[in-house]
Amino acid sequence: MFSQLSLTQLAPGEKAEVAGLSAQGAMRRRFQDLGVIPGTVIECLGKSPLGDPSAYLIRGAVIALRGSDARSITIGTPFRTPAASPAMLAAE
Amino acid sequence: MGLSRESTGLGAGRLTIEKRFSSDRVIALAGNPNVGKSTVFNAFTNLHQHTGNWPGKTVTNAQGRWEYREKGYILVDLPGCYSLLAHSAEEEAARDFLCFGEADCAVVVCDAGCLERNLNLVLQVLEIAPKAMVCVNLLDEARRKGIVIDLEELSLLLGVPVVGTSARSGQGLEELMEQVAALAEAAPEARKIPPVNYGPDIEKLIARLMPRVEKISGEKLPPRWLAIKLIEGGDESLSGSLAKELGAELAKDEEVQALIREIAPKRQELRDSMAACTVRQAERIAQACTKSSMGGYSLRDRKLDRILTSPVTGFPIMLLLLLAIFWITIAGANYPSQLLSQGLFWVGDRLRELFQWANSPEWLTGLLCDGVYKTLAWVTAVMLPPMAIFFPLFTLLEDLGYLPRVAYNMDRCFQRCGACGKQALTSAMGLGCNAAGVVGCRIIDSPRERLIAMLTNSFIPCNGRLPMLVSLITLFFVSASGGLGDSILSALLLVGVLALGMGMTFVVSKFLSATILKGVPSSFTLELPPYRRPQVGKVIVRSIFDRTLFVLGRAVSVAAPAGLVIWLMANIQVEGLSLLTYCANFLNPFAQLFGMDGVILLAFILGLPANEIVIPLILMAYLSQGSLTELNDLTALRTLLVNNGWTWVTALCVILFSLMHWPCSTTCITIRKESQSWKWTAAAVAIPTVCGLSICFVVAAIARIFGM
Repeated sequence: MFSQLSLTQLAPGEKAEVAGLSAQGAMRRRFQDLGVIPGTVIECLGKSPLGDPSAYLIRGAVIALRGSDARSITIGTPFRTPAASPAMLAAE
Repeated sequence: MGLSRESTGLGAGRLTIEKRFSSDRVIALAGNPNVGKSTVFNAFTNLHQHTGNWPGKTVTNAQGRWEYREKGYILVDLPGCYSLLAHSAEEEAARDFLCFGEADCAVVVCDAGCLERNLNLVLQVLEIAPKAMVCVNLLDEARRKGIVIDLEELSLLLGVPVVGTSARSGQGLEELMEQVAALAEAAPEARKIPPVNYGPDIEKLIARLMPRVEKISGEKLPPRWLAIKLIEGGDESLSGSLAKELGAELAKDEEVQALIREIAPKRQELRDSMAACTVRQAERIAQACTKSSMGGYSLRDRKLDRILTSPVTGFPIMLLLLLAIFWITIAGANYPSQLLSQGLFWVGDRLRELFQWANSPEWLTGLLCDGVYKTLAWVTAVMLPPMAIFFPLFTLLEDLGYLPRVAYNMDRCFQRCGACGKQALTSAMGLGCNAAGVVGCRIIDSPRERLIAMLTNSFIPCNGRLPMLVSLITLFFVSASGGLGDSILSALLLVGVLALGMGMTFVVSKFLSATILKGVPSSFTLELPPYRRPQVGKVIVRSIFDRTLFVLGRAVSVAAPAGLVIWLMANIQVEGLSLLTYCANFLNPFAQLFGMDGVILLAFILGLPANEIVIPLILMAYLSQGSLTELNDLTALRTLLVNNGWTWVTALCVILFSLMHWPCSTTCITIRKESQSWKWTAAAVAIPTVCGLSICFVVAAIARIFGM
């Protein structure tokens, strides 16, 4: 069996689909309320200055998670989507 | 740090609806944190519930009355929450009000820029509230991000009225008012299609439970919702509230118990599946009515976050912003402060003449002019200008959405201390008022971490103490020429004092979580909201009226009686010595150990109701003992202090002690209320006092050894 990746292994700029949740109880429910269920795509936006927590884009909201919590979210293979097109930059 | 009776913990604990007429309808305003609920609330009620761009700034239920077409409505602004499955005190408050409160209908406010996540709460509210509607707010902001919402489609899919608004600019509010009023008056109508379909297996379970549940609960609560909650189970706080509400505990019913035993082995699976059904339903609806070109997190926000939270620039920018705020406050407050004190003392002299003209007895003139009025004038002159500058500046940062980034940047430090990163937010609120900071601790989920945040909040100098710190720094540590360099140096020193307070927060948090509040750091999720352009004009007006005048009013109401007491103490003679001298002499040997004197310590003790009056009391006491009676500028002030034996060591010790001593009485009462324990209140008094005294002792001892 291959080892499961967790959300903490996502590098800034990378996205991945959620494979499962190993958090229990209140934290599990908290994640579900944020829309984290198997299949949800999460993007890692970056780390805070001291390396932890990290910011993730989850269903349109930016959520900061500590490594100890993010570890309980297992993910599929990370991928990158092409950067924003110049047209979209112009729209800003 | 919206300051009001409620936010400083002085208001009632649990919400009681205050109807003016029995025909008043009650409307609950729910929504995720940071979607503009308070803005909508203010627009309806003409009240000024404080708004700010960070999750958790409304932690108490605020209510206001609103009249529309000659009918009265009570609008209740619930704390923002992501879900009705209580994780924290604020979510519990929101849920209990929606479930068991007297609301006639519920309005769920959503962020158009993040509709999908918001719909999770909408669906949960629809399950419980018989009459509900949705207000999709922040439409303008979403439009700028390229997001367009099809409101009609949304209304069709949810089966409830939907109104789109941009509450900050007032757009759509008229329609919202009309719809809300119509909904409140309408008869409740059973929903044909449930908001979420949980799939055949779970729906079968719900159908089995419903008849039984209906029989036990009667009309009080929607049976479908109760059935769902029974299947989910595991929510202790809800079971407690349900038992209180329904009398006989539902879960004890045999039929219900039998079914719960049956599903016990696959409970977790059922819960996950139900949660997923809600999330997918939200996703489906959001996709069907959102047209977006780029998603919720705009490129501008991405760029800003990259600068404000990067390893290289994150902390320097934080310090620079703080420095800038303090510098503008110090430099800007200097001149108005002097002007104000001259003006107020001129008025004081006229007042004295008036009393003399009216042949009032000398003791009465002294009591009112030298005691009450002078203290009031001092407090106003010292406090008003810095506050009137500091509060708007701070509110601007808050409106922008910068505070959650501070919590994000600093979370690692708090984590190391076994505390929660949101403590950075409550500490920031403490800068305004420690009592408000203590109430704000409700945003912290774990009770252990909440206590740590409450016990350490007073290490952050509140607005009552900032002016005292500023004047002492300017008098003793910066040359008094008043140039640009001096004000920058003052600001730097003030940042230093704040950094010391923050350092003490960390040390004490670490100590607490290693000793009496042992435990591992709990989970932490913090939303970083989109940046918003602050409404400068509104911010200035509101922060002056809501915050500055509120805080000043509180200080003034305390200063008057305190001035009276100090005047009486200075003028009541016992065997040739005034009472003040007796007390000061009594405290003196003890105070000397800590680098201060009896008068200073006495002022701190009398300043328990409000720290603002400490410096004025010290001055009053010195003035009443000496011959000097006029204080026109800072040099005279310095001379007065130096004549009374102050050195820079004294000033340093007073600064340190003002940073670390017992919290003011309002804060103490608030801590008692929030922690429900005298023991923790005592700890909140003892911890900073012990820290302050020890540090002052060391400083004084070192100074003595080196003969300074």
